[in-house]
Amino acid sequence: MKSAAFDYVKPAAMAELFELLQSHGDDARILAGGQTLLATLNMRLSEPKLVIDITGLQELRGIHQVGDRLFIGALTTHTEIENSALVSQHAPMLTMAAPHIAHRAIRNSGTWGGSIAYGDPAAEWPCCLCAMDGHVHLQSPNGSRKISATDFFIDLYTTALAPDEVVVGADVPLASQADWFAFDELARRHGDYAVAGLAVAASFTGKVAQRVNLAFLGIGTIPWRARRTEALLVGKTLDLATVEIAVASLKAELDPLPDLTHSPETKRHLATVLARRLLSAAHANRSAIAV
Amino acid sequence: MASLQTLQVEVNGQAQVRSVAPRQHLVDFIRNELGLKGSHLGCEHGVCGACTVEVNGRIVRGCLTLAVQAQGGKVRTIEGLSADGDVRDLQDAFVRNNALQCGFCTPGMVMAAKELLEAKPDATREEVREWMSGNYCRCTGYQAIIDAICETLAERAKNSSSRPSEKVSV
Repeated sequence: MKSAAFDYVKPAAMAELFELLQSHGDDARILAGGQTLLATLNMRLSEPKLVIDITGLQELRGIHQVGDRLFIGALTTHTEIENSALVSQHAPMLTMAAPHIAHRAIRNSGTWGGSIAYGDPAAEWPCCLCAMDGHVHLQSPNGSRKISATDFFIDLYTTALAPDEVVVGADVPLASQADWFAFDELARRHGDYAVAGLAVAASFTGKVAQRVNLAFLGIGTIPWRARRTEALLVGKTLDLATVEIAVASLKAELDPLPDLTHSPETKRHLATVLARRLLSAAHANRSAIAV
Repeated sequence: MASLQTLQVEVNGQAQVRSVAPRQHLVDFIRNELGLKGSHLGCEHGVCGACTVEVNGRIVRGCLTLAVQAQGGKVRTIEGLSADGDVRDLQDAFVRNNALQCGFCTPGMVMAAKELLEAKPDATREEVREWMSGNYCRCTGYQAIIDAICETLAERAKNSSSRPSEKVSV
């Protein structure tokens, strides 16, 4: 379980990074937190000739409010997000999701941008981004672009990232009083890859839902937005009867892929367990506020 | 053939300068180059936690960190942590509670618990269990390990809350 040999370079500027990517192409891999890359190197699932350590690029760090969005730089660690007062104020879903990511020692190294660029369908950040209608910010030698998270994740570990591009960060809308967020997942051991997870980004007028975005992780090849069920919930009060309608709809809408130990039926069931739990919590919360 | 890198790093307070292969991970460097055998390698893909060490004040998976990534930084292993005496109480609690059998996981457990004691001094038992979920014990001594950590948290809380009143009485 030792990595194959590779060369290592730590660029000091974005321009240098782009030159390295251009000259080495697919022989190079970017190292951010390395919490996925190092495991795949050790298991020789990946044998790049060059590892480019981007942790010296200060412009990829930091959490900033930009207009009505909260921007989080690619190199921000999971622990930094977990501990950030700005994040808990403006994007509380991320604060809820962070403790589910692996374990503290891994969260201290692993990064926001690394998780997004890798595009694991069982990962928390891609799922949260899709639930919140986040944007992924990309940069190449030719300039910058922004793409909605739901367009960025294309297929299993496959994203819209071009070979000459890097993820520089991602932003989410600032939470308002009308918003309600929740995140939960079911795993065999706390911090393990979840069997199923759910991120809910909802807005209410009183007790009436104006939008209920439902993004599932661990279900499909990318974060799964349950758009048919979402549409059913708009304009509704999320009382018991409505929650059961949503659960029935999800059973028809979700078509989970099995993993080594869980059948599609198990995953579908667990997804509805989460939906029932979180939608009921949303209703309880809004009922308490409305009173 | 990949070219060697010059690594300058402080390990347990001692400056080290070595030539390392980029592919060498931090715990192989610590064990094989520096001869510090307290950090253990279990799975080598980030699952078991036996390799937990501190880099620049934060615990990391030593098997998922390249030695070259510690360039210019400060590393602390169980040897340094023990010598510093920062977790003497925690280590005593481990002994009192029989929180180790074969001891293979213990350095990683102590490193992980150290950051918990600092970051969440008022952690509940449930939070301790969640925090420590990243460390495997194959002798399955989990109850005793959690007991030892909770006991240390309680002792530290008692000591820190008794200090101000002592000052008042003085």
